[in-house]
Amino acid sequence: MALAFDEYGRPFIILREQESTTRLRGLDAQKANISAGVAVARILRTSLGPKGMDKMLQNPDGDITISNDGATILEQMDVDNQIGKLMVELSRSQDYEIGDGTTGVVVMAGALLEQAERLLERGIHPIRVAEGFEISSRIAVAHLEQIAHKFEFSATDTEQLVQTCMTTLSSKIVKRCKRSLAEIAVKAVMAVADLERKDVNLDLIKVEGKVGRRLEDTELIHGILVDKDMSHPQMPKQIEDAKIAILTCPFEPPKPKTKHKVDIDTVEKFQTLRLQEQKYFDDMIQKCKDVGATLVICQWGFDDEANHLLMHRNLPAVRWVGGVELELIAIATGGRIVPRFQELTPEKLGKAGLVREKAFGTTKDRMLYIEHCANSRAVTIFIRGGNKMMIEETKRSIHDALCVARNLIRNNSIVYGGGAAEISCSIAIEAAADKYPGVEQYAIRAFADALDSVPMALAENSGLQPIETLSAVKSQQIKDNNPCCGIDCNDIGTNDMREQNVFETLIGKQQQMLLATQVVKMILKIDDVISPSEY
Amino acid sequence: MAVERLFKDEATEEKGERARMASFVGAMAIADLVKTTLGPKGMDKILQSTGRGHSVTVTNDGATILKSLHIDNPAAKVLIDISKVQDDEVGDGTTSVVVLAGELLREAEKLVGSKIHPMTVISGYRMAAECARSALLDRVMDNKDDADKFRLDLMRIAMTTLSSKILSQDKEHFAKLAVDAVMRLKGSTNLESIQIIKKAGGSLKDSFLDEGFILDKKIGLGQPKRIENANILVANTAMDTDKVKIYGARVRVDSMSKVAQIEGAEKEKMREKVQKIIGHGINCFVNRQLIYNFPEELFADAGILAIEHADFDGIERLALVTGGEIASTFDNPESVKLGHCKLIEEIMIGEDRLIHFSGVEMGQACTIVLRGASFHVLDEAERSLHDALCVLSQTVNDSRVLLGGGWPEMVMAKAVDELARKTPGKKSHAIEAFSRALLAIPTTIADNAGLDSAELIAQLRAEHHKEESNAGIDVITGSVGDMAELGISEAFKVKQAVLLSATEAAEMILRVDEIITCAPRRREDRM
Repeated sequence: MALAFDEYGRPFIILREQESTTRLRGLDAQKANISAGVAVARILRTSLGPKGMDKMLQNPDGDITISNDGATILEQMDVDNQIGKLMVELSRSQDYEIGDGTTGVVVMAGALLEQAERLLERGIHPIRVAEGFEISSRIAVAHLEQIAHKFEFSATDTEQLVQTCMTTLSSKIVKRCKRSLAEIAVKAVMAVADLERKDVNLDLIKVEGKVGRRLEDTELIHGILVDKDMSHPQMPKQIEDAKIAILTCPFEPPKPKTKHKVDIDTVEKFQTLRLQEQKYFDDMIQKCKDVGATLVICQWGFDDEANHLLMHRNLPAVRWVGGVELELIAIATGGRIVPRFQELTPEKLGKAGLVREKAFGTTKDRMLYIEHCANSRAVTIFIRGGNKMMIEETKRSIHDALCVARNLIRNNSIVYGGGAAEISCSIAIEAAADKYPGVEQYAIRAFADALDSVPMALAENSGLQPIETLSAVKSQQIKDNNPCCGIDCNDIGTNDMREQNVFETLIGKQQQMLLATQVVKMILKIDDVISPSEY
Repeated sequence: MAVERLFKDEATEEKGERARMASFVGAMAIADLVKTTLGPKGMDKILQSTGRGHSVTVTNDGATILKSLHIDNPAAKVLIDISKVQDDEVGDGTTSVVVLAGELLREAEKLVGSKIHPMTVISGYRMAAECARSALLDRVMDNKDDADKFRLDLMRIAMTTLSSKILSQDKEHFAKLAVDAVMRLKGSTNLESIQIIKKAGGSLKDSFLDEGFILDKKIGLGQPKRIENANILVANTAMDTDKVKIYGARVRVDSMSKVAQIEGAEKEKMREKVQKIIGHGINCFVNRQLIYNFPEELFADAGILAIEHADFDGIERLALVTGGEIASTFDNPESVKLGHCKLIEEIMIGEDRLIHFSGVEMGQACTIVLRGASFHVLDEAERSLHDALCVLSQTVNDSRVLLGGGWPEMVMAKAVDELARKTPGKKSHAIEAFSRALLAIPTTIADNAGLDSAELIAQLRAEHHKEESNAGIDVITGSVGDMAELGISEAFKVKQAVLLSATEAAEMILRVDEIITCAPRRREDRM
């Protein structure tokens, strides 16, 4: 009722310009929302699993992204629909929280929505459906905890970590060398991990990419790689046992922040100013020299004169190094970032065993390697590959693998992949459903059905008969009471995921179920959609 | 109830078969576009820019052609990107990589059409690529230890690279130029120290390599035109009005006379600077920035040759060649390293006067002077020579060499065919397809030369059935010939990069099953 009458019978408007806004109410609104959510999920469904396909996205500027990563696809997709945006958010939050399983969470939410629609058609109230889903998700999370395995790893034995990272990478285009990339990711994480506190700061891992060579040439550098070269072409290209001054002040005459003017009105003043200026440059460089620095890394630019003086005094320097990189260099070399020349002291210098400049290809691309640092806690993964899109996709894949490794260090529980965890949960929920009186029972069963759709999609993408395969695996799980049976996507011949070494992290899976349920609940509770008209 | 609209306005979505079709068609169109430029009898393309002046480029270089295209098809963009990377990485084979990727996709289309899943095709391609690479590795030749033979290899590679370009008439001449230039680099891949100067006029044959250094500048008026045993100071400093760099400084005076005084002080400052520079004991001064008339006059008075406004690359090269350092301050003359050369003189090429530095200390850098009838010819010649230089400099580091003329493709195809026979399952179709795609390259070379490709390829296959065959296509006589005797070689690095990036790109495009195109960003109407 957008129009009401007051006590004198005069009409007044509650909702302005009725005609120009579109409005959906009740069941219609819910159904429209559900179908939008399902449509988004359907796009991602084919990307699931090791045989999943990629999506090609062209952004408004015409640049191409080719990706298999759910979060990336959705973010670039330019979704306009409100519910569609919720799904995008869902995938993004999975990405922030866990880093992997961004496709799975959306597929899961889509399946839940499909099931919910069926229940709504039967006349079950959306809130009851939502409650049923909530109960089931709790059961699922608890069940996952039960079937999860803990595995032991140490700084020397990382085989299990590598295996889990490989599961993540196997669905990406980098599958071809998943073993080596997984090892790189694990080594990188182990290098920066704080095993005592069970925490990993992923900011310490820098992922740098450069087109050219082969994917196989991707390497882990125990140090920092900076896409910069020496400020003067004649500075030495290699410095051993470098002492690094990390500066955030430019080699330029001072520029006070307050407005000021230096007035020159006599020849003498002109002369003194000139001398002052020269002295200024000299002082700056002398200060760096005095503390014993053999390399200067600066966030800002150099004046021509300063540049030459640096070269002349045999003090190699790098300019225009970004803030993040500067921080990483400071961490790696154990130095301090110095904002003023006056504050330079020998203790604040960073130390690195080897700094060298390396040229690539036929163009004049050069990069600076800072290696054998005092503190080896900052590492760089340097990706090579045939083209730009490949590098970008590899970066994303490595990021996923890093996140997985980090999650495992935080919590070393794993569940089995290939849909095994979902099937097992589905069985558990199905069994629990009968205990609940009331309409929720239906919703709980529907949740179990929705869980089945993940392995189903896996089977479909791998070219297997979805229904046949799923029922076979399900019966096997019940018969053998073995929660490790999953879909044999790679046609290896066994569907025991323990033998195939397909693992996923427990927290990742739990998060998927919780997030998906939350979003579905939110969508179900909406019963009125008011959208402003086109103008 | 159907979703009304999921995406923003004008965003389009293509799914499944249609998406795949769109990328296949786009990629093949690009491959067909550059296909005719492949091989020694390949044809050139004229490119006209839409920018101001509608400038025209005539070229045979795949990367240059593709770079200038405005493409909307996403798959085509992937191919353009691999061609660009190939150019950056090895410099040559930019056409081959696109043609091979196109052929791989063409074959894949057929396979997908006959209901083979793209993932199966991909895994087949991967196996085939690995097999092809190892086949090539088995047959590489490496003459790194034998300097004479290595030089011969380099000559052959340069000639092979150049033979498909505009320089093919004088390929021997240019191959020698390129090899000489690259040998001087002594293993560095920094091609910046090879300077290429283009001067219209004369014929391509008149191009030459100069051991010294040529700077495309004129000598200032009234300064010596010829200096023997020159001491050169290379500088990057302001020689116009040396401003006070302290921020916020400004001149504020209350009378005309003071202005004059300050102007005098400024002049005095410049005079001092010039004096300091002269104090280095030099007789040649090269600056990256402008030199105003006043200091120029001072230099002329001191009998010093002053060259202004040399470009940045030029300065770096000059510093490299003469062994001096690039200076910006002049307070301690005793420690600044000066550059030396035996002779500086002004020379004439065509009707332009250039400065020639000869008898330099470090022989790393050199200059190639290209002569030719028109700017288009010169531009294309520069590109071709650049390709050759890139390939050579890469080969110096990775001295593995293969034969040319379609020989590597035949070797790879043979190995891949054998693999196909051994592989069970649907993958073998994909592997077979890979070998067909490889054969497309010699086929195209033959077709472009107007030869009977079907006949030739069949002959080649038969030849290659024998072990250790060196047979390839001899485009000149139009028959199958021994590539080792004909001296046609290619660098292993180029072939490997072609093989791997083409496979990678094909794989990427094959994996796609949906294309989502966002609405293009609206441009403000500038008119």
